[in-house]
Amino acid sequence: MSKVGWLRLPLAVTYAFLYIPIVVLVIMSFNASKTPFVWTGFSTKWYGELLNNELIREGFINTMIVAVSATILATALGTMLAIGIARYFRSAIVEAYSLAPAIIPDLALAIGLLALFSLIGVSLSLVSVLLSHVVFGMAFVAAVVIARLGQTDSSLEEASRDLGASAVSTFFRITLPSIAPAIIAGALLVFTLSLDEFVVAYFTDGPTTPTLPIVIYSMVRFGVTPEINALAALLLLVSFTIVLSAQRITRLTDSV
Amino acid sequence: MSPSEKRISGRGATERRALSARAVFAGPGLLYVTLFMSLPLLLILVYSFFTRGRFGGIVWDFTLDNYGRAFEPVYLKVFGTSIVIAGITTLLALLLGYPTAYAITRLSPRWRTIALVLVVLPFWTNFLIRTYAWIILLNSEGPLNSALLDLGIIGAPLGLLYTPAAVVVGLLYAYLPLVVLPVYASIERVDRQLLEAASNLGASRIRTFVDVTLPLTLPGVMIGAIFVFVPSMGNFVVPELLGGGKTVMVGNLIRDQFLEARDWPFGSVLALFVVFLLVALFALQAAISRRINGKQVTRV
Repeated sequence: MSKVGWLRLPLAVTYAFLYIPIVVLVIMSFNASKTPFVWTGFSTKWYGELLNNELIREGFINTMIVAVSATILATALGTMLAIGIARYFRSAIVEAYSLAPAIIPDLALAIGLLALFSLIGVSLSLVSVLLSHVVFGMAFVAAVVIARLGQTDSSLEEASRDLGASAVSTFFRITLPSIAPAIIAGALLVFTLSLDEFVVAYFTDGPTTPTLPIVIYSMVRFGVTPEINALAALLLLVSFTIVLSAQRITRLTDSV
Repeated sequence: MSPSEKRISGRGATERRALSARAVFAGPGLLYVTLFMSLPLLLILVYSFFTRGRFGGIVWDFTLDNYGRAFEPVYLKVFGTSIVIAGITTLLALLLGYPTAYAITRLSPRWRTIALVLVVLPFWTNFLIRTYAWIILLNSEGPLNSALLDLGIIGAPLGLLYTPAAVVVGLLYAYLPLVVLPVYASIERVDRQLLEAASNLGASRIRTFVDVTLPLTLPGVMIGAIFVFVPSMGNFVVPELLGGGKTVMVGNLIRDQFLEARDWPFGSVLALFVVFLLVALFALQAAISRRINGKQVTRV
């Protein structure tokens, strides 16, 4: 780190800024006090309270239904899309179009989807949230897999085809194994995205099936409670674990 | 069949095979993006030209009034507030993000990866929770105020929460990682030989930075700025939770038009504004980075 010198200062400020709120939140989740921001003593009781909270439990189940289904659909669609773009289209415009859902302002996408669902008569439910989450989830999977395909040699696939293997057989024996880590990493990212996604779900979800972020939003709007601290700490842990594993998987294969 | 005919039909078969492979692999995904991204955006473009229904939805009477309404003083004020708040946030994000990205490029490869992961990590966590953390932190009885009181820096708790400053902090917290990444990538790409040449020719480190590094990394800086500025304009959660509803931004206006005022056409106009802002800024970025890259080539 010798060449860093005075640049340690912005590094320190940035990391302090990014992590102090998270650390404070985790500490406060072990706070005995009923006021969630005044420390009185150590306790794990709010984690227990979480389990008794009907709303949170329901929201958790709804979120898991959406996140698991969105992950499966988005991973399948996104992987195929990535192969189609990287191996057959090779067009920057098609690629940009496919990845656009990841960049488009979420609020515009959310109200557009709301308008679409109400026009074609899809009632707002977990299904409409799922359909919406797949569109940007797919873009993230495609981005990760396209990057991986760019690093792998397409001559192996060509050799396989030249030696008489069918497209299907080449896909399963050559292409898929070489991009499997990227697919897994992409799937993990979609899962966290869906698990944490609020804006699109807020507009496309029905009133009787709130996802966990919607439950959190309404709780926070009515005031802070120690249970939210505990829930927040748990969700942070889940996201950190998933994203770090995704990162490890892609890095392990990058170095190969 | 003569050999030449065979070759032609063979090539035709290969092309057909490539076309069908395109359709099989990319078809479903492209169809999905079209149905659930392009169609929704097209729909709000169409809605923006028609009349509001009484209980939300739309009446098919063509009008341009929705666009006219955006220029009413009430809404112009919201645009003004949004531009100022998003602008300050973007400026702060660059002032903090640029040196951070620069410092990361100077780390050893091992530390570089760790540093980048640590920057990105919070971005992948629940956005509501990250905002919520600041409610705890900035509360008048919260950790920040009690720390400042204990240290004797302040005599009475500061009213930090529910201010425009709290909104800026919340937005900065949400989008800072999105500045560091593109800026990092652009600094990484700067040809070290150019920097050596500058210093060999007697330029000071500051002069080298201002004349060489900064212009070459401008495209990355612009990408980072867009990634902060546009989502900040469209964010309604932070102004509500950290601004206490006192700071109204374009995002809040769009949300209210759809969920409370039930004026979908006007809400569509506002949402289109955010989308066009994104597209226009990207086009500007592309034009400028082409010019910079072009210059670099002709100079060399």
